[in-house]
Amino acid sequence: MSSVTGVSAVDELPDGDHPVGGLTSTGRVGDRLFGGAAQGAGLLVIALVTLIGVFLVAQAVPALAKDQASFLTSRDWSPGGDAPRFGIVELLWTTVSASVIAMVIAVPVGVAVALFITQYAPAWLKRPAASLVDLLAAVPSIVYGLWGALTFRAVVKPVEDGLQTAFGWFPLFSRTGISGGTIFFIGIVLFIMVLPIVTALSREVFDHTPTTHKEGALALGATKWEMIRTTVLPFGRPGVISAAMLALGRALGETIAVTFLVSTLAPGSPWTFSLFNGGETFASRIANNAAEFDSPQKTGAYIAAGLVLFLLTFVVNAIARVVIERRKAFTE
Amino acid sequence: MSSSAETAETAGTAVRPAAAVAAGNRRPATGDGLDLGQQSAARRIKDVVAQVVMWLSFGVAIVPLVWILYTVVSKGAGLLATSGWWTKSQRNINSDDVGGGAVHAIQGTLLQAGMTALIAVPIGIFTAIYLVEYGRGRIARVTSFMVDILTGVPSIVAALFVYSVWVTVFGFGRVGFAVSLALVLLMVPVVVRSTEEMLKLVPNELREASLALGVPQWKTITSVVLPTAFSGIITGVLLGLARIMGETAPLLILGPYTKSIATNLFSGNMPTLPTMINQDRTELGIAPAVERMWATALTLILLVLLLNILGRVVSRFGSVSR
Repeated sequence: MSSVTGVSAVDELPDGDHPVGGLTSTGRVGDRLFGGAAQGAGLLVIALVTLIGVFLVAQAVPALAKDQASFLTSRDWSPGGDAPRFGIVELLWTTVSASVIAMVIAVPVGVAVALFITQYAPAWLKRPAASLVDLLAAVPSIVYGLWGALTFRAVVKPVEDGLQTAFGWFPLFSRTGISGGTIFFIGIVLFIMVLPIVTALSREVFDHTPTTHKEGALALGATKWEMIRTTVLPFGRPGVISAAMLALGRALGETIAVTFLVSTLAPGSPWTFSLFNGGETFASRIANNAAEFDSPQKTGAYIAAGLVLFLLTFVVNAIARVVIERRKAFTE
Repeated sequence: MSSSAETAETAGTAVRPAAAVAAGNRRPATGDGLDLGQQSAARRIKDVVAQVVMWLSFGVAIVPLVWILYTVVSKGAGLLATSGWWTKSQRNINSDDVGGGAVHAIQGTLLQAGMTALIAVPIGIFTAIYLVEYGRGRIARVTSFMVDILTGVPSIVAALFVYSVWVTVFGFGRVGFAVSLALVLLMVPVVVRSTEEMLKLVPNELREASLALGVPQWKTITSVVLPTAFSGIITGVLLGLARIMGETAPLLILGPYTKSIATNLFSGNMPTLPTMINQDRTELGIAPAVERMWATALTLILLVLLLNILGRVVSRFGSVSR
């Protein structure tokens, strides 16, 4: 991997203008064309992301201007007609709370699985174990949706009933009449879906813990767990944080599995903070109503919801990026 | 499930006082600091608890995988064994008719994925070349940042974007090519990131040697760097394909289903495996439709798995450090 001289290949690349390479004119032209194509591709990527933002905003704004309700705080959703009323507060609540449930479970479990693979598993098990967890990421999300709705739901339902009975006095766990997919249930399925992301990235950073740190801790008499707590975990923390952020981004935007699982609330049903309530996420609301994209006004309302989702994931991914950059600054 | 990781900490702290007393009783003569060969009971218990928690977590990760695969195989494998599944479409097959084929959907999925790869692979590879071989300064940093953002763009947002350009602005129909365009947005970042990693692994000496011989930079890249990283790039492309093939959200918005074979990416509806699942899912009361749904899911998993395994095999047998 690393070069013979020990110089990292990444840091010192030859500069663009080499006098040697430029002696023949054909080389120059080729260089300019090829370099131009490469830079063009880079610029295209920048342009694409910018265009996504621009187009979504451009089509959301006219619809938002006609909105008779407050977009950020209303629970209505009737985007058609002369006096459209639509707001996102319910979508935001469902999306965020289901994703948070997923993360609260996925981060500790994902880290534990990564620790298992890198520190605890016997040598013969490491590779297969890692591949198995990666396999979880290869299962298409539509299959998670089917499995969740038709098989897994029956197992989680009694657990939900138990929680409602035991902790029903607490607003988050208060009893609801929903028997289909609740926010809690969606969170659990999302946890399984993002687990491989958390695990894969955490595994990578844990693997790079300097052996000297680990041996030092063990030589000082630390138990294996103490060694992990004092060397592996602190070293991997930024990696785990960025992994969690990437997984959160994935959970927020997950569409088809959630669409299969959600139970749509009847318009006007009373507001509750309960995690055992139904409700739709941004993505599932859009996907469920894809057939309704007939007028610019209606489409604009869904695009506005999509725009909020885009902003949410943008922020989360940007945070992940910053954390990764900071780690680079530390290790180099 | 949820509490497994927390129990490690709580159990550990709960045990500490009692165990510390026990340890003190057992070895009253030696102070803790001098006791070099021994670990206190509390520390040992914590260590064991941590180990148990790690094994349990791994179990938690494996159970759903096995469960999902078992569910899909046990319910869908029957249809896959019939020859009609691989040779016929769903044309003239009603919901309550048993069987039928999936060849129309397989074809549609492969065609759209192929078109996606045709657009996304050059963009992705050139972007990676730019970032590794040319990229300096602000534009390169912004590009790298944007690739990260693109990685996180939810598939439904990509679909909405393409819808707002393709259908709303240009007035084109909901055709296979539009789906491919949305999938391009999802595939490009995967290709960029994996190609970038591979190009970084190419030893700098190779580049220097080539440049020192008077080879222009673009030829150095095309005839030295890219061939060295070739297998890794192929792996990235295959993994990218595996990711987009299972995507359903863009299909719901841009790619309506049809029961017949359709091979034109630029007009008419085009069936795919995910939309076929979605179609049969609306008829959960009808047993043949349900069986078809699971069989389609299994077909999709097999296709994605095949690409994944292929990608891994290529990467193992042709790694850069040959």
